[in-house]
Amino acid sequence: MAINWFKYSSPASFYSLAGKMIPVFVVASVILLVAGLYVGFFVAPTDFQQGEAYRIIFIHVPAAWMSMFLYVVMAFWAGIGLAFNTRLSSMFATAIAPTGAMFTFIALWTGALWGKPMWGTWWVWDARLTSELILLFLYIGFMSLQAAIDDPRRADKAGAIIALVGVVNIPIIYFSVQWWNTLHQGASVSVNQAPSMATTMLMGMLIMVLASWMYSIAVILKRTRVIILERESHTAWVAELRKKEAVR
Amino acid sequence: MKPRHKKLAIIASGVTALGVAAILVLNAFQSNLVFFFSPSQVVAKEAPIGKSFRIGGLVAEGSVQREDSSTTVRFAVTDTAETIPVVYTGILPDLFKEGKGVVAQGKISANGIFEADEVLAKHDENYMPPEAAEALEQAAKAQKASLAQ
Repeated sequence: MAINWFKYSSPASFYSLAGKMIPVFVVASVILLVAGLYVGFFVAPTDFQQGEAYRIIFIHVPAAWMSMFLYVVMAFWAGIGLAFNTRLSSMFATAIAPTGAMFTFIALWTGALWGKPMWGTWWVWDARLTSELILLFLYIGFMSLQAAIDDPRRADKAGAIIALVGVVNIPIIYFSVQWWNTLHQGASVSVNQAPSMATTMLMGMLIMVLASWMYSIAVILKRTRVIILERESHTAWVAELRKKEAVR
Repeated sequence: MKPRHKKLAIIASGVTALGVAAILVLNAFQSNLVFFFSPSQVVAKEAPIGKSFRIGGLVAEGSVQREDSSTTVRFAVTDTAETIPVVYTGILPDLFKEGKGVVAQGKISANGIFEADEVLAKHDENYMPPEAAEALEQAAKAQKASLAQ
């Protein structure tokens, strides 16, 4: 039996599907978060150079990865919405932005806290740090532009253009440590090389990355549901939903 | 071509054009995006002499000398090809160590010594427990010894 994927591109059916999926991702994110923090803080050994301060990687690296990844996903769905005029994809992009901005902020903030004792400074204007700060501004720009335009369909289009233009920044962030001399160190984990990290440290970090994924999916689905309700509040199915909720 | 495919093509070519533009701009700004200069670049006079700039490399083994009465430190920054002597007064970051990465900001004085007003540690991407680091060091020593024989 073929699954009719297009069925779920309608906000009404996506609303109920997302409602069923959210609890699964919430539970998964809590379990992975507890496991990841346990491995990170109790199982993983101390680092030979940085001592205990290296444990920032269990928050900093997942946050930095998510900040870049979520931006690409956001731009992708915003672009799809712009090209095909599909309402749900634009709503999804709008729902991703605050979570992406939060992870960007966490990456910058934890990096600054770590930088002071390790590097000797809170902040330097090197290519990696500056491009990540630009990413934060892109997220904020996307959100404020959408908030400034009253008509949601026009807001989607304007936001999509910012999101797509900003995509050029992602490879710049990722490769900045290879292309230029930066204070920020190179990647410890990459596709074409064995990770330069002890196994338990790597495990802790990867579990935290998975936890961040599950968290992001749960929160973004929830936010998409809210946006769907807001924008479809005039439709028959939302009215029916309201009636059902009132009875309960 | 359907209108929505046309739209997709316009968006795709727009993003591609932006990407190319970004590559060209970054290429043009290449030298300004460099956070520090290596000792070899300084010797080759690629660094802005007379102005404040950053120098980066490894702290040369056995070069760190601390003055007893003050926080003045003398050390040398090397990229294995060239070495530049540095003098700095102030508190060094935790990761400052011989044989490890360092970035210093300051000016080259007339006598060729780099007078730093700020010293930052640049560490590498390796993370491991102290025992593993020790084992690696021992292995390197053993290899050196066997090469010497």
